[in-house]
Amino acid sequence: MSEAIKLHYDVDGKDFTRAGEASGKIKKTLKDIGYPPEIIRNTAIAVYEAEINLVIHAGGGEIDVEIAPEYVHVVLTDHGPGIENVELAMQEGYSTAPDQVRALGFGAGMGLPNIKKYTDEMKIDTVLGEGTVMTLKIYVK
Amino acid sequence: MTVKNLIDEFSLEVICHGELAEEKQVTGGYCGDLLSWVMSRAKEGDCWLTVMGNVNSVGVAVLADVACILLTENSAFDDDALRRAEQNNVIVLRSDKNAFELAGKLADLL
Repeated sequence: MSEAIKLHYDVDGKDFTRAGEASGKIKKTLKDIGYPPEIIRNTAIAVYEAEINLVIHAGGGEIDVEIAPEYVHVVLTDHGPGIENVELAMQEGYSTAPDQVRALGFGAGMGLPNIKKYTDEMKIDTVLGEGTVMTLKIYVK
Repeated sequence: MTVKNLIDEFSLEVICHGELAEEKQVTGGYCGDLLSWVMSRAKEGDCWLTVMGNVNSVGVAVLADVACILLTENSAFDDDALRRAEQNNVIVLRSDKNAFELAGKLADLL
Protein backbone atom coordinates (compact mmCIF):
# COMPACT_ATOMS: atom_id res chain seq x y z
CA MET A 1 0.00 0.00 0.00
CA SER A 2 1.78 3.14 -1.15
CA GLU A 3 -0.97 5.73 -0.88
CA ALA A 4 -3.32 6.41 2.01
CA ILE A 5 -6.87 5.04 1.78
CA LYS A 6 -9.60 7.54 2.61
CA LEU A 7 -13.04 6.51 3.89
CA HIS A 8 -16.09 8.58 4.75
CA TYR A 9 -19.19 7.55 6.72
CA ASP A 10 -22.37 9.37 7.68
CA VAL A 11 -23.71 8.28 11.06
CA ASP A 12 -27.48 8.38 11.51
CA GLY A 13 -28.35 10.03 14.80
CA LYS A 14 -31.60 8.23 15.45
CA ASP A 15 -30.81 4.67 14.49
CA PHE A 16 -29.25 2.70 17.30
CA THR A 17 -29.50 -0.51 15.34
CA ARG A 18 -27.02 0.81 12.77
CA ALA A 19 -24.57 2.23 15.28
CA GLY A 20 -21.34 0.33 14.91
CA GLU A 21 -21.60 -0.11 11.15
CA ALA A 22 -18.87 2.38 10.34
CA SER A 23 -16.44 0.95 12.90
CA GLY A 24 -17.24 -2.57 11.64
CA LYS A 25 -16.40 -1.54 8.06
CA ILE A 26 -13.20 0.19 9.14
CA LYS A 27 -12.20 -2.94 11.03
CA LYS A 28 -12.83 -5.06 7.95
CA THR A 29 -10.81 -2.73 5.73
CA LEU A 30 -7.85 -2.83 8.13
CA LYS A 31 -8.11 -6.61 8.29
CA ASP A 32 -8.18 -6.92 4.50
CA ILE A 33 -5.08 -4.76 4.18
CA GLY A 34 -3.36 -6.92 6.78
CA TYR A 35 -2.68 -4.52 9.68
CA PRO A 36 -1.43 -6.00 12.98
CA PRO A 37 -4.34 -7.42 15.06
CA GLU A 38 -3.65 -5.06 17.97
CA ILE A 39 -3.89 -1.97 15.73
CA ILE A 40 -7.14 -3.28 14.25
CA ARG A 41 -8.69 -3.98 17.65
CA ASN A 42 -7.59 -0.66 19.17
CA THR A 43 -8.84 1.34 16.19
CA ALA A 44 -12.15 -0.52 16.04
CA ILE A 45 -12.89 -0.06 19.76
CA ALA A 46 -11.99 3.64 19.72
CA VAL A 47 -14.08 4.35 16.62
CA TYR A 48 -17.03 2.29 17.91
CA GLU A 49 -17.11 4.25 21.18
CA ALA A 50 -16.91 7.52 19.28
CA GLU A 51 -19.59 6.38 16.83
CA ILE A 52 -21.92 5.46 19.71
CA ASN A 53 -21.28 8.90 21.21
CA LEU A 54 -22.38 10.52 17.94
CA VAL A 55 -25.67 8.61 18.15
CA ILE A 56 -26.30 9.10 21.88
CA HIS A 57 -25.26 12.71 22.30
CA ALA A 58 -24.95 14.54 19.00
CA GLY A 59 -27.83 13.44 16.74
CA GLY A 60 -25.37 11.82 14.35
CA GLY A 61 -22.34 13.09 12.49
CA GLU A 62 -19.59 12.19 10.08
CA ILE A 63 -16.52 10.00 10.28
CA ASP A 64 -13.49 10.50 8.04
CA VAL A 65 -10.71 7.96 8.11
CA GLU A 66 -7.28 8.03 6.55
CA ILE A 67 -5.45 4.72 6.55
CA ALA A 68 -1.74 5.06 5.85
CA PRO A 69 1.08 2.52 6.23
CA GLU A 70 2.35 4.23 9.41
CA TYR A 71 -0.88 5.37 11.05
CA VAL A 72 -4.68 5.46 11.11
CA HIS A 73 -6.15 8.95 11.40
CA VAL A 74 -9.82 9.39 12.30
CA VAL A 75 -11.84 12.63 12.43
CA LEU A 76 -15.36 12.58 13.89
CA THR A 77 -17.43 15.69 13.30
CA ASP A 78 -20.84 16.52 14.74
CA HIS A 79 -23.15 19.49 15.09
CA GLY A 80 -24.50 18.43 18.47
CA PRO A 81 -24.68 20.37 21.74
CA GLY A 82 -20.93 20.25 22.43
CA ILE A 83 -19.29 18.92 25.60
CA GLU A 84 -19.77 21.21 28.59
CA ASN A 85 -16.83 19.97 30.64
CA VAL A 86 -14.30 17.88 28.71
CA GLU A 87 -12.18 17.16 31.78
CA LEU A 88 -15.20 15.72 33.61
CA ALA A 89 -16.33 13.77 30.53
CA MET A 90 -12.87 12.17 30.37
CA GLN A 91 -13.26 10.69 33.86
CA GLU A 92 -14.21 7.02 34.06
CA GLY A 93 -17.76 6.61 35.31
CA TYR A 94 -18.99 10.11 34.44
CA SER A 95 -21.92 10.00 32.01
CA THR A 96 -24.77 12.20 30.85
CA ALA A 97 -26.43 9.42 28.83
CA PRO A 98 -30.22 9.13 29.29
CA ASP A 99 -31.85 6.10 30.95
CA GLN A 100 -33.04 4.46 27.71
CA VAL A 101 -29.43 4.39 26.50
CA ARG A 102 -28.26 2.86 29.78
CA ALA A 103 -30.87 0.13 29.40
CA LEU A 104 -29.09 -0.89 26.17
CA GLY A 105 -25.85 -1.40 28.07
CA PHE A 106 -24.24 1.96 27.34
CA GLY A 107 -23.76 5.05 29.48
CA ALA A 108 -21.22 3.52 31.85
CA GLY A 109 -19.04 6.59 31.52
CA MET A 110 -16.34 4.59 29.78
CA GLY A 111 -16.59 5.95 26.24
CA LEU A 112 -14.06 8.78 26.21
CA PRO A 113 -11.66 7.04 28.63
CA ASN A 114 -11.72 3.97 26.36
CA ILE A 115 -11.01 6.11 23.30
CA LYS A 116 -8.01 7.66 25.05
CA LYS A 117 -6.79 4.24 26.18
CA TYR A 118 -6.85 2.78 22.67
CA THR A 119 -5.38 5.66 20.68
CA ASP A 120 -1.97 7.32 20.61
CA GLU A 121 -3.37 10.80 20.11
CA MET A 122 -6.83 12.14 20.99
CA LYS A 123 -7.92 15.74 20.55
CA ILE A 124 -11.35 17.22 21.28
CA ASP A 125 -12.40 20.60 19.88
CA THR A 126 -15.84 21.44 21.19
CA VAL A 127 -18.02 24.56 21.12
CA LEU A 128 -21.23 24.60 23.17
CA GLY A 129 -24.27 24.81 20.93
CA GLU A 130 -22.21 24.26 17.77
CA GLY A 131 -20.65 20.82 17.93
CA THR A 132 -17.56 18.76 18.46
CA VAL A 133 -14.65 17.59 16.36
CA MET A 134 -12.68 14.66 17.71
CA THR A 135 -9.37 13.73 16.11
CA LEU A 136 -7.76 10.37 16.78
CA LYS A 137 -4.47 8.90 15.67
CA ILE A 138 -3.22 5.35 16.06
CA TYR A 139 0.35 4.60 14.99
CA VAL A 140 1.35 1.33 13.42
CA LYS A 141 4.33 0.24 15.50
CA MET B 1 -12.04 -26.36 24.16
CA THR B 2 -14.09 -25.68 21.06
CA VAL B 3 -17.42 -23.85 21.05
CA LYS B 4 -18.96 -27.19 20.05
CA ASN B 5 -17.53 -28.79 23.22
CA LEU B 6 -18.97 -25.88 25.23
CA ILE B 7 -22.43 -26.37 23.71
CA ASP B 8 -22.38 -30.10 24.53
CA GLU B 9 -20.88 -29.76 27.99
CA PHE B 10 -23.39 -27.10 29.13
CA SER B 11 -26.38 -28.34 27.04
CA LEU B 12 -26.74 -24.89 25.51
CA GLU B 13 -29.44 -23.65 23.20
CA VAL B 14 -27.92 -22.47 19.91
CA ILE B 15 -29.53 -19.21 18.77
CA CYS B 16 -27.06 -18.36 16.01
CA HIS B 17 -24.64 -21.03 14.89
CA GLY B 18 -22.21 -18.96 12.86
CA GLU B 19 -20.00 -21.06 10.61
CA LEU B 20 -17.13 -21.93 12.81
CA ALA B 21 -18.56 -23.46 15.99
CA GLU B 22 -16.87 -26.79 15.30
CA GLU B 23 -13.35 -25.37 15.20
CA LYS B 24 -13.56 -22.10 17.10
CA GLN B 25 -11.58 -22.26 20.33
CA VAL B 26 -12.80 -20.92 23.66
CA THR B 27 -9.70 -19.82 25.52
CA GLY B 28 -11.22 -17.82 28.37
CA GLY B 29 -14.37 -16.26 29.72
CA TYR B 30 -15.74 -12.82 30.59
CA CYS B 31 -18.90 -11.77 32.46
CA GLY B 32 -20.44 -8.32 32.00
CA ASP B 33 -23.39 -6.31 30.73
CA LEU B 34 -21.93 -2.83 30.38
CA LEU B 35 -20.84 -2.82 26.76
CA SER B 36 -17.97 -0.33 26.95
CA TRP B 37 -16.59 -2.19 29.93
CA VAL B 38 -16.79 -5.51 28.10
CA MET B 39 -15.36 -4.11 24.89
CA SER B 40 -12.20 -2.88 26.58
CA ARG B 41 -11.65 -5.91 28.82
CA ALA B 42 -12.93 -9.08 27.16
CA LYS B 43 -10.20 -10.89 25.28
CA GLU B 44 -10.12 -12.57 21.92
CA GLY B 45 -11.41 -16.13 22.28
CA ASP B 46 -13.42 -15.44 25.44
CA CYS B 47 -16.86 -16.89 26.00
CA TRP B 48 -18.82 -13.74 26.90
CA LEU B 49 -21.55 -14.30 29.49
CA THR B 50 -24.21 -11.59 29.49
CA VAL B 51 -27.92 -10.80 29.74
CA MET B 52 -27.57 -8.07 27.10
CA GLY B 53 -29.14 -9.39 23.88
CA ASN B 54 -29.43 -6.41 21.54
CA VAL B 55 -27.78 -5.42 18.29
CA ASN B 56 -25.06 -3.53 20.11
CA SER B 57 -24.02 -6.68 21.97
CA VAL B 58 -23.30 -8.24 18.58
CA GLY B 59 -21.26 -5.17 17.64
CA VAL B 60 -19.19 -5.55 20.79
CA ALA B 61 -18.71 -9.28 20.19
CA VAL B 62 -17.39 -8.56 16.69
CA LEU B 63 -15.06 -5.79 17.80
CA ALA B 64 -13.68 -7.71 20.77
CA ASP B 65 -13.33 -10.95 18.75
CA VAL B 66 -14.91 -13.06 21.48
CA ALA B 67 -15.47 -16.75 20.65
CA CYS B 68 -19.21 -16.54 21.37
CA ILE B 69 -21.98 -14.75 23.25
CA LEU B 70 -23.54 -16.89 25.99
CA LEU B 71 -26.86 -15.43 27.12
CA THR B 72 -27.48 -16.28 30.76
CA GLU B 73 -30.76 -16.93 32.60
CA ASN B 74 -32.69 -17.35 29.37
CA SER B 75 -32.34 -13.66 28.53
CA ALA B 76 -33.90 -12.39 25.32
CA PHE B 77 -32.14 -11.90 21.99
CA ASP B 78 -34.06 -9.59 19.68
CA ASP B 79 -34.63 -9.94 15.93
CA ASP B 80 -32.32 -7.08 14.90
CA ALA B 81 -29.58 -8.67 16.95
CA LEU B 82 -30.16 -12.06 15.33
CA ARG B 83 -29.91 -10.54 11.84
CA ARG B 84 -26.68 -8.79 12.77
CA ALA B 85 -25.28 -11.96 14.35
CA GLU B 86 -26.06 -13.95 11.19
CA GLN B 87 -24.44 -11.31 8.96
CA ASN B 88 -21.28 -11.29 11.06
CA ASN B 89 -21.06 -15.01 11.88
CA VAL B 90 -21.29 -14.40 15.61
CA ILE B 91 -22.08 -17.54 17.59
CA VAL B 92 -24.90 -16.89 20.10
CA LEU B 93 -25.79 -19.46 22.75
CA ARG B 94 -28.21 -19.50 25.67
CA SER B 95 -28.61 -21.17 29.04
CA ASP B 96 -31.20 -21.01 31.83
CA LYS B 97 -28.39 -20.89 34.41
CA ASN B 98 -26.96 -17.67 35.82
CA ALA B 99 -23.52 -16.20 35.11
CA PHE B 100 -22.12 -17.37 38.46
CA GLU B 101 -22.95 -21.03 37.87
CA LEU B 102 -21.83 -21.01 34.24
CA ALA B 103 -18.60 -19.11 34.83
CA GLY B 104 -17.69 -21.36 37.76
CA LYS B 105 -18.04 -24.47 35.66
CA LEU B 106 -16.30 -22.90 32.65
CA ALA B 107 -13.34 -21.84 34.80
CA ASP B 108 -12.97 -25.43 35.99
CA LEU B 109 -12.99 -26.78 32.45
CA LEU B 110 -10.51 -24.33 30.91
